[in-house]
Amino acid sequence: MNKQAQTIAKDNDGSSILKFILSELKPKGRILTPFNIIAIPIILLGIVLIVIRFMNGIGSITNLSQDTPWGLWIGFDVVTGVAFAGGAYVLTFMVYILKMEKYRSIVRVTVLNGFLAYLFYAGALLLDLGRPWNVVNPIIGNSFGTSSVLFLVAWHFLLYMIAELIEFSPAIAEWLGTRRARKILSGLTMGAVIFGITLSTLHQSGLGALFLMAKDKIHPLWYSEFIPIMFLVSSIFAGLSMVIFEGSISHKVFFNQISEKNHKAQSGILQGLAKICAGAMFAYFFLQLLVFIHSKNWDLINTPMGYWFLFEMIGFVLVPMLLYLYSYRTRNIFLIRLAAIMTMLGIILNRLNISVIGFKWDAPVHYYPSWMEIVVTLTVIFTEILIFRWIINRMPVLRDSPAWVEEEH
Amino acid sequence: MNFDRRNFFKTVCVAGATLAVGNSFGAAKPDENTIEFQGVLYDSTRCLGCRACERVCAKAHELPEPKDELKAGVIRKTSEKQRSVINNYVTSKGEVFVKKQCMHCNEPACAAACLTQAMYKTKEGPVIWRGNKCMGCRFCMVSCPFDVPKFEYHSANPKIEKCDMCYDRIKVGKIPACAEACPGDALTFGTRRELIVEARKRIFENPKDYVDQIWGEQVAGGTGWLYLSSAPFNEVGFNTKLQNTSYPELSKGFLYTVPSVFVLLPPLLLGIHEATKNRNHSNDEENE
Repeated sequence: MNKQAQTIAKDNDGSSILKFILSELKPKGRILTPFNIIAIPIILLGIVLIVIRFMNGIGSITNLSQDTPWGLWIGFDVVTGVAFAGGAYVLTFMVYILKMEKYRSIVRVTVLNGFLAYLFYAGALLLDLGRPWNVVNPIIGNSFGTSSVLFLVAWHFLLYMIAELIEFSPAIAEWLGTRRARKILSGLTMGAVIFGITLSTLHQSGLGALFLMAKDKIHPLWYSEFIPIMFLVSSIFAGLSMVIFEGSISHKVFFNQISEKNHKAQSGILQGLAKICAGAMFAYFFLQLLVFIHSKNWDLINTPMGYWFLFEMIGFVLVPMLLYLYSYRTRNIFLIRLAAIMTMLGIILNRLNISVIGFKWDAPVHYYPSWMEIVVTLTVIFTEILIFRWIINRMPVLRDSPAWVEEEH
Repeated sequence: MNFDRRNFFKTVCVAGATLAVGNSFGAAKPDENTIEFQGVLYDSTRCLGCRACERVCAKAHELPEPKDELKAGVIRKTSEKQRSVINNYVTSKGEVFVKKQCMHCNEPACAAACLTQAMYKTKEGPVIWRGNKCMGCRFCMVSCPFDVPKFEYHSANPKIEKCDMCYDRIKVGKIPACAEACPGDALTFGTRRELIVEARKRIFENPKDYVDQIWGEQVAGGTGWLYLSSAPFNEVGFNTKLQNTSYPELSKGFLYTVPSVFVLLPPLLLGIHEATKNRNHSNDEENE
């Protein structure tokens, strides 16, 4: 397949692109893989549920109420999903700005992951909007709600998706074999990277700032005026842990795509990322500690919510941080992966604690997601993975760029 | 206590003077630019609990007529089908009726939260919802400290329901339907400034009937709907822990840092990029 793509690239002068794309649309490889057997029925069920949701309203398949306007779809799909997509801006910063060449081989796959995450999780937002046909209003100026944090986040989502698409576009050009386009698009990369990092800084923290006005509704152990900074700092290690997790799976699933050289570099990359995660987590833990001490909430610790807070902060921040440190020192790849999974669970916990679990924690009837909300969430995730797989199998993301790219340098 | 009384006296004097002067000015030249926020003063000591306000509200906004019974101590909530609700609270001062609806804040959290200005503070004072702009994100519901906006979860074309102080009626010079219908004169419509003076006057004249506080004068930065009550406000269903500064203030700090980040971060990144580029070049040369 690699060979075929290269031959097309060589003799492609633009005329056969359409034909080429059509041939690429067909599925490759076995249809009945274990993943497909689980994913496809869930996706079909999810589509049915989405149709019901658009016919009968959001309340027909969710447990949302007047007291809990935001549930799993916002708290997990959007708020947590975007934190996990943070790896793209951190890695582009490391590779393009700081020139840490060691990580160059994983930039493309991370940017692709980030782009798809934004595309699908922002797309999942459409399911949660009551009046999705008005979604273009803040963009076309009907009207510009400039005093709104959500206005900022919406614009940033849009602009950042474009920036990530530009960062990824050379891979698409290489796949299509359009040399000219590739040259122009790679010339845009640096601008997109700088713009993208700036946007990410602002909307990662902006997602936290969404909750600033809900001061009286969020449990005081989680609410502070520093939520935006917490969200920003935690998006660094959330994103990198996702890179470790996703990279470890990709290395097994797409084994034959990765060159010998990159295979060998894998453990070095993981160790480097583990070190950065440990550093960022230390900063985050320290910040949380400072905020906790200054907020004088000692009496709240000896309550059920207090134990839950300690469970999150110690079990899923402090412990994985130490695990990262230890595994980095002992070069234990298994422990690095374990730490990554624990960190990701910690991020899920943290985002849900702010947006769902700690939101109106004292309400008499508490929200929990319906099974249909969970199925729709899984539909979004599985569809994203299917698209991800489709792209990996076709474009030079994990595998090396075609030979003509080197020649042109 | 002593201080309170003196303070009171002073306030009333100042307020009375303002009222007199303000009135004569207002009558002399009605100026477009000096338009004032209007509001409603609700006096729980005058409320009979007849629920005429609930019925006219439902009629005025084409909502189903409320059929449930009013029982002492059973708290009903506003909903996507009912914008205004009367409850009978059992308090230390006996049974007290209190009406609940949108507070029409001076600086509404919902309007600051809205990314399309669908929630909008009009210059006349009412906070209104504009369906042609709203995308149904429900961020207004998350942000509102009074939990006022309600969403139609079971509609394919859902609306946000909340009291709009009968904005359409106010625009043509009428007063809100509930204030017009109230037989006990518990609801007074007017400019916010006048209403505060009136409320102070009532407390001053009958200090035994009221708690010495106008709910809405300061809470959340001041609201258009003002309350007088015979029982402490925490006993009649108000969250007295709410802050007295406005809620949009809470996210202002974050929004103010955005332009600075946008101006400062890209040059910084570009600078680092340039600095590391040179190092890289020398590396390349060494390698070659």
